[in-house]
Amino acid sequence: MDWTLWLELVIKALVLIFALLGGFAYLTWYERRLLARFQSRLGPNRAGPFGLLQPIADAVKLIFKEELTPAKAYKLVFFLAPIMTLVPSVIIAAVIPWGPPFQLGDRIVTQSIADINVGVLFLMSIASIAVYGIVLAGWSSNNKYAMLGGLRSAAQMISYELTLGLAFVVAILLGNSMNLTDIVEAQRDGRWFVLVQPVGALILWIATLAEVNRHPFDMPEAEQELTAGYHTEYSGMKFALFFMAEYQKMIVVSAILATLFFGGYLGPWVDRWPLLGPVYMFLKIVILLFIMIWVRATWPRIRYDRLMAFGWKVLLPLALAVVMITAVGILLAEINPWMIWLIPIFSLIAGAFASLMIDRSLRRKAYA
Amino acid sequence: MSPELILFLVLSLVAIAAAIGMLISPNPVYSALFLVINFSTVAVFYLILGAPFIAMAQITIYAGAIMVLFLFVIMLLGAEKLAPGKVLPYQKPLAIGLAIVLMVESVYAVLARNPSDAEIIVPTEAANSIDAMRDLGIMLFSDYLLPFEVTSILLLVAMIGAIVLTKRAKGEQE
Amino acid sequence: MLLEYLAIAVLIVLATVVALIAIGLGGLFGPKKKTVNKSMPYESGMMPIGPGTRRMPVRYYLIGVLFILFDIEVVFFLPWAIVFRQLGWFGLIEMVVFVAILLVGYVYAWKKGALEWE
Repeated sequence: MDWTLWLELVIKALVLIFALLGGFAYLTWYERRLLARFQSRLGPNRAGPFGLLQPIADAVKLIFKEELTPAKAYKLVFFLAPIMTLVPSVIIAAVIPWGPPFQLGDRIVTQSIADINVGVLFLMSIASIAVYGIVLAGWSSNNKYAMLGGLRSAAQMISYELTLGLAFVVAILLGNSMNLTDIVEAQRDGRWFVLVQPVGALILWIATLAEVNRHPFDMPEAEQELTAGYHTEYSGMKFALFFMAEYQKMIVVSAILATLFFGGYLGPWVDRWPLLGPVYMFLKIVILLFIMIWVRATWPRIRYDRLMAFGWKVLLPLALAVVMITAVGILLAEINPWMIWLIPIFSLIAGAFASLMIDRSLRRKAYA
Repeated sequence: MSPELILFLVLSLVAIAAAIGMLISPNPVYSALFLVINFSTVAVFYLILGAPFIAMAQITIYAGAIMVLFLFVIMLLGAEKLAPGKVLPYQKPLAIGLAIVLMVESVYAVLARNPSDAEIIVPTEAANSIDAMRDLGIMLFSDYLLPFEVTSILLLVAMIGAIVLTKRAKGEQE
Repeated sequence: MLLEYLAIAVLIVLATVVALIAIGLGGLFGPKKKTVNKSMPYESGMMPIGPGTRRMPVRYYLIGVLFILFDIEVVFFLPWAIVFRQLGWFGLIEMVVFVAILLVGYVYAWKKGALEWE
């Protein structure tokens, strides 16, 4: 193995890490400005033009903050937990293709860290590892609120991980591969999977919201009842790492959603100029993030019992049904290609049925 | 020595150290974490052997799902604060005896290998192709169909067992 | 083959280094004035009573078990999803049988109230 290969690996890894870092910094700015707009305010606009230097000011402030470790904390785990939360949020992005490969000198550079044949399973395995940081942060703080927040968060994440996995299965079925590049290539010519399987995309989106503990599933951080959930005892840069992990996960799950259902890096002229790929990804991610923030500004938090019931009693069976509908539809499409459009029709019926059941159950509870 | 062999030796040391750490660590939560490290190194062994699917499944199910359950159980029992309980009198001799049996068995398994298939197959780029995954899927869903279906019954039994053990009858006090 | 995974390993190492640097920066520049009150568990100014970690409800265990079982199911779904075009209708029936057996357990869990979070 020659040194240029090592150089390529290190450069690609650093580009990804710093892109996510920069993305995190400006996502906080983007979110605050947007939330301000939704609430008829201005948002941070003092530091630099349009408040663009605000993230830097925040970072400097956090560096100069005191870091507290509670006297009764389990010190080693307390120190490791933020790292164990941050690292998975970065490496889960390793298999996402950001664009088609391009020629640089006499070597072909792929625009992903690792183009592996079990890409989707890799996403699942890292998502399941990501639980540890949070549950251990809660436990090692030796604080009641933190412990409760960590446990709730872990239970929520594992519950929605099943739905996440089944939504991945839908994308694999449609793309006929577990490799993310293959899945993107299968969506060429505008055949985005969201058109064939809109309910699958919606399920994946809901599951990722729960997976990154965003509104309306931000139970672990329910300020009014758990102070701040699993990171109650964290301050300074250790807190910043949790914050960073949460926002990087937002970016990464948006990228995953874009890759699996919204055509990934595909767009006009992407074959002629492969570096357009990351641009299209960026645009798609920004739009998906906008929707995430919009949801935060609009919807109230879901009660924890309903959140778990929604995950286990509604999303899981619905996801199973959607997988089966997709499989049957693909087999029927081999007889007649037009039958592929039975998939969206029946999936939408299944989705409508699920919403009807939620509505009925909520009504019954309201009058009970 | 090939890079794979060096990697294997280093990781074996890590795996053994993690296993010992799991046994001697006083706090069960630390033990669980050592076990996570152990499972992850085993996953890398599978990778070296050219079995990425098994490696990822190992991380997803063992390091992910099962160890989260272990952590839940430790916290459920409040085991991290329990004083060491009574040890069974015959525990040590029994453990040593079983360990010897296991050792003899694995040494026998290594020595008794048929020389014709003793050659170690070095995984190639082909293991990273989607066709390799397809072969695995076809094998699983044709030759090994029965074990696959039986797995679901095993899972069913586990599920019902867990519910029976934890759920009280209606009306009973929590 | 291992090259792709080597790339992931490099990424893991570098990400850990970045995280350590971030924590190190905070430790370098942040003030360090420990007081008894600061190192108490934070409970919104109330005096903490009893230990911080205590035994938790058994339903988390139940959720954990159900998660493992369905997680295994999902992992079985993945290789099936890429070969089911070759297997055709037979493959679909295989999977339906597998899922149907698990669904028996799911319905049992539902009826027994194991999915209830009271």
